[in-house]
Amino acid sequence: MTEVETPVIAQELPDLPEPYDGEHPIRVRALRNVFGDHVIHDGLDLEVNKGEIIGVVGGSGTGKSVLMRTIIGLQIPESGEVEVLGQSITDARDDADIDIRSRWGVLFQGGALFSTLTVAENVEVPLREFYPEIEDDLRHEIARYKVLLSGLPADATSKYPSELSGGMKKRAGLARALSLDPELLFLDEPTAGLDPIGAAAFDQLILQLQQTLGLTVFLITHDLDTLYEICDRVAVIADKKVIAVGTIPELLATDHPWIQEYFNGPRGRAAQDAQARHDGVRDTRKSDALLQGEE
Amino acid sequence: MRALTSFQLNPGSDDQGATLVFSGPMTVSSLGLADKDLRKIDGSIGEINVSDVTMMDTVGAWTVWRLSRDTGAKIIGCKDEPQKLIDAISKADSNAHSIRAPRLPLLQRVPEHIGTVMLNLGRGFLQVVGFLGQVILSAGSLFRHPGRFRPKALIHQMELVGVNSLAIIGLMSFLVGIVIAQQGAVQLRQFGAEIYTVNLVGRLTLRELGVLMTAIMVAGRSGSAFAAQIGTMKLTEEVDAMRTIGVSPMEALVVPRILATMIMMPLLGFYSAFLGIVGGAFLSTLTLGIPFFTFLSRVQEVVPLHDVWVGITKAPVFGLIVALAGCYQGMQVKNNAEEVGARTTAAVVMAIFTVIVLDAFFAVFFTNIGWG
Repeated sequence: MTEVETPVIAQELPDLPEPYDGEHPIRVRALRNVFGDHVIHDGLDLEVNKGEIIGVVGGSGTGKSVLMRTIIGLQIPESGEVEVLGQSITDARDDADIDIRSRWGVLFQGGALFSTLTVAENVEVPLREFYPEIEDDLRHEIARYKVLLSGLPADATSKYPSELSGGMKKRAGLARALSLDPELLFLDEPTAGLDPIGAAAFDQLILQLQQTLGLTVFLITHDLDTLYEICDRVAVIADKKVIAVGTIPELLATDHPWIQEYFNGPRGRAAQDAQARHDGVRDTRKSDALLQGEE
Repeated sequence: MRALTSFQLNPGSDDQGATLVFSGPMTVSSLGLADKDLRKIDGSIGEINVSDVTMMDTVGAWTVWRLSRDTGAKIIGCKDEPQKLIDAISKADSNAHSIRAPRLPLLQRVPEHIGTVMLNLGRGFLQVVGFLGQVILSAGSLFRHPGRFRPKALIHQMELVGVNSLAIIGLMSFLVGIVIAQQGAVQLRQFGAEIYTVNLVGRLTLRELGVLMTAIMVAGRSGSAFAAQIGTMKLTEEVDAMRTIGVSPMEALVVPRILATMIMMPLLGFYSAFLGIVGGAFLSTLTLGIPFFTFLSRVQEVVPLHDVWVGITKAPVFGLIVALAGCYQGMQVKNNAEEVGARTTAAVVMAIFTVIVLDAFFAVFFTNIGWG
């Protein structure tokens, strides 16, 4: 007797929402977060445009990570509204917001990899969770190319997180964040703790992935080079709210003391100079190419 | 209903292979079912037409790329964005590297596993002895440099190991005393020797049960806690941080825990024996008609003093074993959180097992020296 495989019937698969086609995948309105009697955010507003990389900066303890945790629903705010991909996070309860969870990827500061699973298995976890109909072959292949796509060598797939360096853990975390081809990517200090070469490579990786996959990226960073290099806009958190959002030249034009100190301090200057040199090289190359073309 | 990828295989002519035409979305959510059928296609494909694909993500790009790589098919009708994805994916392709660490076939794996376990057992025994040596050395150096000794840590551990477990050990011993008295009385009644229940309860709790039950309870309560605490500190590199700032983890973590357990065990063991006797006396008052205080004074008459010494001599040894197992297993933790759990279990099992084996040796030893 031949064994009859029970077919998975297409109708049994749960419905999925349409991809978000609004203007602002993340909207935060009048957010207030309080720990004990310590007010973190008060009247914070932020709108993130579709397809941009937005950098979030602010001094230590201004609640950048808390903002991210609030947006992804890990921290329940005291009041205010958070809307992600057109769905309200603040109103959502577990079951309802699962379909948003399959559409974002989160990279935590330390990578937050599951320590008992290999890197590839870490990448497979969200796939197993949301798309159980995908068979082993395809899932393994997906895990492998995601790992490679995030800039890890092929033999890293079978390694455990404890065998990886800090930078490799971040890349593995990024591979897991990208595992479901999300529309939205949250990165918490992706380049902190990386060497300058590694950090620059990571910046380029994020930029490249964002361009090819059309992601919207919410990026918390202290790294001025990252801000100059890849961010379309920068949001500055100070005084418990977002005091300014804009491109770096726009921010430089404001006269808020913290912004001025941040971008015009010694490190800010250095990053600006580096950027200027970088652009200069780019321009001269371009003009060289033009000249050669004319000859 | 969820939109799914559909495909159609158009047989080609002689000079041109078949054409595979995809339509609908090609995304992670839509490809799961189609992929199974796609893998069943054998024979060559000349062209893969993706012009009707409405949406493509990396999973779609991977599927197209894999098919084209395996069959040598040409991809046609590809728009700019998907093409970018396929290009990116093609760079990330590698020859099937396993996602799991390689495993031996079963026939080799089983003997290999048994061999590893045996070797580790031997090595583990050596390591425990080595660890004990380290503990003695640190204790010795603390003895020579009393300034480095941490009385606060010791007192804190004594509180955790001893004072905090008084309630549970007391209750347990009281109940065990009741059970021994009741079961003993039932058997002894057949000889009309119910009065010997006093001997049974008194000698048994003071010699054996008080200390043994206490050791098991302390292994479960404190030995496991030592392993988990030190193991977690190893994982978060706290132990390494201690070393770098010149604090010896042996002196700061291990010695206070072991000393505290060794000091508290005789006290707890005696306390446990005492409450066991009280439990026995309580039951005797209720069912055997022996008044409570008569029971206690009778205990004094029938239990030789060396029974107390037997119990109290064993207690610090058991304490040493329980604390040593906990601290040793904790210090062995590395890599991941799962290890903390495994090591904690190992600490408790190792402690209880060694305590019971050693108790048997003690029983023979004390009988032979005339403390029977």
